Amino acid sequence: MNVTGQGGFVIPGEPLSLRPMRLLIIEDDREAVAYLVKAFREAGHIADHASDGLDGYAMAQEGDYDVLIVDRMLPKLDGLSLIRSLREQGVTTSVLILSALGQVDDRVKGLRAGGDDYLPKPYAFSELLARTEVLARRRAGSGAAAEATAYRVGDLELDRLSHRVTRAGQEIVLQPREFRLLEYLMRHAGQVVTRTMLLEHVWDYHFDPQTNVIDVHVSRLRAKVDKDFEHPIIHTVRGTGYVLRVDEGRGNGTAP
Amino acid sequence: MTTFDDAPGGRLRNLFRTTAFKLSVAYLLVFATCALAALGYVAWNASRVLDDQMVSTIEAEINGLSEQYKVGGLRRLIAAVERRAGEPGASLYLVTNAAGERLVGNIAALPTGLIVDPGQTEADYARNGGSQSLDHRAIMQIFVLPGGFRLLVGRDVEERDRLRSVIGRTFGSSVGLVVVLGVVGAWFIASRVLKRVDAMTETTRRIMAGDLDGRLAVAGNGDELDRLARNLNAMLERIGELMRGLRDVSDNIAHDLKTPLTRLRNRAEEALRSAESPEALRTALEGVIEESDGLIRVFNALLMIARLEGPSAREEFQVFDVGAVVQAVAELYEPLASEHGLALAVVTEGDPLTLRGSRELVGQAVANLVDNAVKYAGPDGEIRVSAVRTGDTLRLSVSDSGPGIPSDARGRVLDRFVRLEEARSQPGFGLGLSLVNAVVRLHQGILSLEDHAPGLSVVITLPAGDAGG
Repeated sequence: MNVTGQGGFVIPGEPLSLRPMRLLIIEDDREAVAYLVKAFREAGHIADHASDGLDGYAMAQEGDYDVLIVDRMLPKLDGLSLIRSLREQGVTTSVLILSALGQVDDRVKGLRAGGDDYLPKPYAFSELLARTEVLARRRAGSGAAAEATAYRVGDLELDRLSHRVTRAGQEIVLQPREFRLLEYLMRHAGQVVTRTMLLEHVWDYHFDPQTNVIDVHVSRLRAKVDKDFEHPIIHTVRGTGYVLRVDEGRGNGTAP
Repeated sequence: MTTFDDAPGGRLRNLFRTTAFKLSVAYLLVFATCALAALGYVAWNASRVLDDQMVSTIEAEINGLSEQYKVGGLRRLIAAVERRAGEPGASLYLVTNAAGERLVGNIAALPTGLIVDPGQTEADYARNGGSQSLDHRAIMQIFVLPGGFRLLVGRDVEERDRLRSVIGRTFGSSVGLVVVLGVVGAWFIASRVLKRVDAMTETTRRIMAGDLDGRLAVAGNGDELDRLARNLNAMLERIGELMRGLRDVSDNIAHDLKTPLTRLRNRAEEALRSAESPEALRTALEGVIEESDGLIRVFNALLMIARLEGPSAREEFQVFDVGAVVQAVAELYEPLASEHGLALAVVTEGDPLTLRGSRELVGQAVANLVDNAVKYAGPDGEIRVSAVRTGDTLRLSVSDSGPGIPSDARGRVLDRFVRLEEARSQPGFGLGLSLVNAVVRLHQGILSLEDHAPGLSVVITLPAGDAGG
């Protein structure tokens, strides 16, 4: 995939393979750590790990990481205190909290302590990877995408101020929620977003959608955005979620 | 009924051990001591008054006799003594010579040497006309007259002693009475308390033995034991509730987690045994992951229900707009509903449609209900989601046009995991409604199932958020 910025557009997304993430996994379960380190390396990222809260705290302060993945229950210094201390020290690295406690109030406590995202155990690695990548991107300066007034991916353009969406110059009429869905997908173009991430950011609910409600919304959106065009822009990532990207063969993009 | 020592000895030992008994004994001791002191004082005073009286009588006699002596000398004195000694009464007289030999008087004998020393004394004596043994007792005053003569005037103390012994007997018997009454009272109070405590002990013993529905008897007079019994009953009630919840959860875990776990294991085993190609293994593994995702969902739902029924679930409550939640959930499910050929209508009425609680949980509850409705509404049906405020009550309802639920099965539906036979073919874990019920209870509301004719109406009645909160 590639995208070109021009005019007032901010073009979010860049090939992830070009910029691996540096991660620090603070988790005391050795097997889980081994699994995560291996899986993140296979996905092309660099993962360090610490096995207790104090080591994790020291490493997080010294190292230059894109994202910290912190377990809530850690020996020596628990996850939430660790995050709180880091924030007090002015460390702004994105933090994703992993926890066996997955209820709403647990999440609220985690985010209040300074976490940026919260993923209850057990989790699918694809979900963790998608969320970590989104956090890393946000930190990597393309956080500007969040404040941009317009997005462009290939020939699809979205203007946040006028609420206009066009593809190849043709206007596409969207319902407000469809607009927000597309907006979120475009902001994270090139990144996999999961169904729960969509439910969280577009609908502001954190429960597990048991049925395929989100899929139906995406397929509606797809019908409006992709149907009349040769190359689809919204892609399904099997078992995980969706990714917005310009496919191979299009003038300005090659997907990894 | 009683299994512990109920023998009289055991009961008595129990009685001695009771606080009531110990208190009674302590009171009894204090009371008896006071009574003893008071009676003793009275007795001592009475005897002193008697002594004083006797002494003054003696003095009066002496005065009279000394008059006689002054007027007529020894002779007249002797005559007077002789006259007086002849009169009946308790007065004693004796005149002796210097050697102590009796000249006149009504005393036959005195302890040897007594008459030598003048002054007041109390001594034994023998009376005229009786035996010579000193079997009487008297208070005496001895004077020395010119010429070594002695004059003794005395008064028998028999009367005083009789009075003293009467006082003593009264004293003894009243102390005895006090002790007896105290013991009886103590026994009465202690055994009464003991009986109630015994009953309580017996009940708690039964409860400990497993009869969790047992409750302590409340006498209704509001005393300490009643208050204690009431509190213990409330505690038992709460424990019972928690136990039932726990038992339900464990039953359900055993019931409905084992099935998917068995399926999971079978799939893995089957793949190991017979999968020949990498593709077949891949498919099997995907199936295993899917199965475990299902398990995780059940597990999460169970944990969530348990958490919602726990003590800290209301910590993050705040006031929010239920109307907006209902709208958003309806909008979330609208595409899914229309894919199933269902119309989805939203009704919101009343202002403000606010609730104090968890937006997230209420949203999830409504989503669960709409999810169910989509599953069961049947083709070409309609789903109606509404939030209506009447006075201080919020009524949220999700109605469908499906087959509904027979009225006799409606209560059962709310129980965790129960799914009706007809619904077995539909996906879902049967936890949906119980989760909704837990959310509703957390918000102090009531969940009810009503006939939508045709179809089912699930109604949540909640206290509105702005009124008291």
